[in-house]
Amino acid sequence: MSGPPGLQEARAAYRAGIITPGRKRAFFIAMALSGLALPLAVYPVFLMNVLCMALFASAFNLLLGYTGLLSFGHAAFLGSAGYVTGHVLKEWGWPPELGLLAGTAVATLLGLLIGGLAIRRSGIYFAMITLGFAQMLYFLAVQLPFTGGEDGLQGIPRGTLFGLIPLDRTLPLYYLVYAIFLLGFFVIYRTIHSPFGHVLRSIRENEPRALSLGYDVDRYKLVAFVISAGLSGLAGATKALVLQFATLTDAHWHKSGEVVLMTLLGGMGTVMGPSVGALVVVTMDNYLSGVGDWVTVIIGSVFVVGVLAFRRGLVGEALHFARNFPI
Amino acid sequence: MQALYGQLLVGLINGSFYALLSLGLAVIFGLVNVVNFAHGALYMTGAFLAWLGLSELGIGYWPALLLSPLAVGVLGMVVERTMLRRLYQLDNLYGLLFTFGLTLIIEGLFHHAYGNSGSSYPVPEALQGGTNLGFMYLPRYRAWVVLVSLVVCFGSWFVIERTRLGAYLRAGTENPRLLQAFGVNVPLMMTLTFGFGVALAGFAGVMAAPIYQVSPSMGSSLIIVVFAVVVVGGMGSILGSILTGLGLGLVEGLTKYFYPPAAATVIFAIMAVVLLLRPAGLFGRET
Repeated sequence: MSGPPGLQEARAAYRAGIITPGRKRAFFIAMALSGLALPLAVYPVFLMNVLCMALFASAFNLLLGYTGLLSFGHAAFLGSAGYVTGHVLKEWGWPPELGLLAGTAVATLLGLLIGGLAIRRSGIYFAMITLGFAQMLYFLAVQLPFTGGEDGLQGIPRGTLFGLIPLDRTLPLYYLVYAIFLLGFFVIYRTIHSPFGHVLRSIRENEPRALSLGYDVDRYKLVAFVISAGLSGLAGATKALVLQFATLTDAHWHKSGEVVLMTLLGGMGTVMGPSVGALVVVTMDNYLSGVGDWVTVIIGSVFVVGVLAFRRGLVGEALHFARNFPI
Repeated sequence: MQALYGQLLVGLINGSFYALLSLGLAVIFGLVNVVNFAHGALYMTGAFLAWLGLSELGIGYWPALLLSPLAVGVLGMVVERTMLRRLYQLDNLYGLLFTFGLTLIIEGLFHHAYGNSGSSYPVPEALQGGTNLGFMYLPRYRAWVVLVSLVVCFGSWFVIERTRLGAYLRAGTENPRLLQAFGVNVPLMMTLTFGFGVALAGFAGVMAAPIYQVSPSMGSSLIIVVFAVVVVGGMGSILGSILTGLGLGLVEGLTKYFYPPAAATVIFAIMAVVLLLRPAGLFGRET
């Protein structure tokens, strides 16, 4: 059995009876409920940022952890959706629900274009191609008039959801973001555990065999890429709505690297890993904002240490620990 | 017409750097099976070392041309020996991620120490000035860059394709285990190859210092373009990566003349077209 070390730990945990269907259900219910209560205790804008990045990383993990495709250009989808949502909300006065849909739709379409080209090569080339297209979009974002260039889009109005719920108040906005996260998370969870998801895993484990069993491997990869791009777009659109701005930062290759880091740090190929990683990285970004350029050095060091010594990720390590020291 | 020739020269110079960098990447990838994301950062390090050498220690361009790549090469070999080596038996995406982290560390350190703005590096005295060719003015230093890059590129090609050392390298690319069974010290060869590849990047950095601003971010934007060059050319052939690098540099120069807004993106557009028509790359052998 191969696959990312985090996933191997998750499998071993199943076999050892650490993860059982009952415990899993209890965990998800506890997670969902604590998410409802959290904004009373923690600064909601921070939480919303974490939720957006968690959705982004989970969508990314669908590709890296479950299909074995390393996209190094996922910022393209996060960034472009942010711009589109920001533009239609600010300039065209669309309601927020349509704004979110527009951003997601554009990211999905971009996913179809970029994915369709990138899956023509595999392995390490796939990473280089996605990185290249993302950089191309970044340059376009710098040049095109509607993105506001270096300044980005500022002061995006949040509007009123379905014409009923004003999103300028923090709590309604939080619950909207939380609902979007749960929806995205559910879509990913169902995808992973569907027959389609099993084919994806078989492609990661042994592509020639999947091909010889008659699966149209390229089509499966493309669909996975498009789902991942679309959900990343949803995350980017939501983020623009929350923070009320869309800037080049979200389209930069640093962001593409950051989502890899979140996934790696939390545990590739585990369901919860990317969200845990997103929490850690966003917290780190928040607390380290005072140290200037050291942030980059610290993030780079975490990357290096993570790759060298910590490939199971936090969730993988936790499962490993639980398996060896049963309570 | 003056402007066109000028842009073509700029294109040729950019192309020389693409060729030098993609050559190094291809050599490293061939034997070590790692796509070195840090190549751009090490190119920047090479340029910075030359600049630091001049401003802090008074070491001029000519010694720097030798010392700076040497230092970068040694740095690369230390990293390979102590860390990168542990990742060889894993999926090669870990190598990419490791060198990505390394890039962030190197760039972050230089950003912290020297800020974002660039510093200029003077053109060495012997190469100042230029010649009027009648149809255009040719700065001497730029001609030198193109010439030396070509010599280094084709020299590397000759060593790899036509000498015994190169034969070992190619054998190691094909089948490292068998080569080791013949008594060749393959791990040492990998270290040296990695060192040579990144030293080429450092060398390109010193060459670039008098042309572009020496700044911490000069490497990362370049490496992404070089990746696209590698995708277009395919890493299977040394000569292929050299020719693709030069060719795409020229295309970029032409675009800058005929339609400037597209200059930044044209190489990626070509990458898209190549992926559609010839997915394995122009010189690639698809597995």
